Amino acid sequence: MPFELPKLPYAADALQPHISKQTIDFHYGKHHQAYVNNLNNLIPGTRFENATLEQMIREADGGIFNNAAQVWNHTFYFESFSPAGPREPNDALATAINETFGSFAAFKEQFTKSALTLFGSGWAWLVKNREGKLEIVQESNAGNPLKSGHTPLLTCDVWEHAYYLDYQNKRPDYLLAYWNVLDWDVIGKRF
Amino acid sequence: MAFELPKLGYDYAALEPHIDARTMEIHYTKHHQAYVNNLNTAIAGTEWEQKSLEDIMANVSKLSAAVRNNGGGHYNHTLYWTVMGPNKGGSPKGDLLEAINQTFGSFDKFKELFTQAGMTRFGSGWAWLVKVGNELKITSTPNQDNPMMDIAEVKGLPLLGADVWEHAYYLKYQNRRNEYLAAFWNVVNWDEVERRFKRT
Repeated sequence: MPFELPKLPYAADALQPHISKQTIDFHYGKHHQAYVNNLNNLIPGTRFENATLEQMIREADGGIFNNAAQVWNHTFYFESFSPAGPREPNDALATAINETFGSFAAFKEQFTKSALTLFGSGWAWLVKNREGKLEIVQESNAGNPLKSGHTPLLTCDVWEHAYYLDYQNKRPDYLLAYWNVLDWDVIGKRF
Repeated sequence: MAFELPKLGYDYAALEPHIDARTMEIHYTKHHQAYVNNLNTAIAGTEWEQKSLEDIMANVSKLSAAVRNNGGGHYNHTLYWTVMGPNKGGSPKGDLLEAINQTFGSFDKFKELFTQAGMTRFGSGWAWLVKVGNELKITSTPNQDNPMMDIAEVKGLPLLGADVWEHAYYLKYQNRRNEYLAAFWNVVNWDEVERRFKRT
């Protein structure tokens, strides 16, 4: 069974003005689709032919790793958004964020800093580590924290294609907008 | 002496339609300027303030990530602007053409291999034609690394560089890096590439 591009849980224009329809059309319709297509072309005849994405993220390298991880990362990223909130964490995740980072505002500041200081293409992540503690980690290019045993909770794509049409070189403006489209119910369930 | 943004030898619109004016303006005034500013901040108060950019490149293994990233960004963009120009393109000539033919078989084959280096660079980076001793090589580097750096896999003098960071082409070509790299050949300033080739 070839991998398929998962359906987007909202319309392409649903995140405007924070993330434009044009950006979603390219990011989801072209980039995400290309990773799916590339992966389907790469795996036949390899030991990953019937593997899950998670298995390929943990065990593969090179093109199979890059495309499997990018399929997973983009699905996880797009699924974190919704047009209608809630825009702040609640319940157990809110408590854990306050305990680890001091406050939601302090967490946002640290996560933003992680996303802004990642040089080149990559992803900033909030993860639950092996000890069950929250941690912010940076991954370059297709990097995914599953590989080091973390449980991903939240990610921000800082490849330029994620924001260049809307914000060009102004990655800080994209990060400011990012908080306005997150759905903390979705993120809380992952925790 | 702080590093400065070098003057661009042509207008922002000069490479249209291959590279659009808006991309040129943001790429030069924002991205390149930021590398220059960040490099100056990273070396402020150190002995590297007095050194040439080439010296810094040759020693990045001993320097901070900020110097490597921003010094590389300054070197690479400075080269990139000069190896492009209006009413350029065509093909190399003379000794350079001969060396390209000898090394890669033909100019077309060279273009194919160089394009492939740019297309297969995953993430952000650069495709390069490099002079290593008396030989020509094609390579690519991640992020703002380059062949002048002591950490480079292929070390030598870069003759031609194509920026494959998405910021170099996204406003006009979006996900179509292949179209940007095809258009790139229409603006390559082979006189400058040849001048670098003849440098000893």
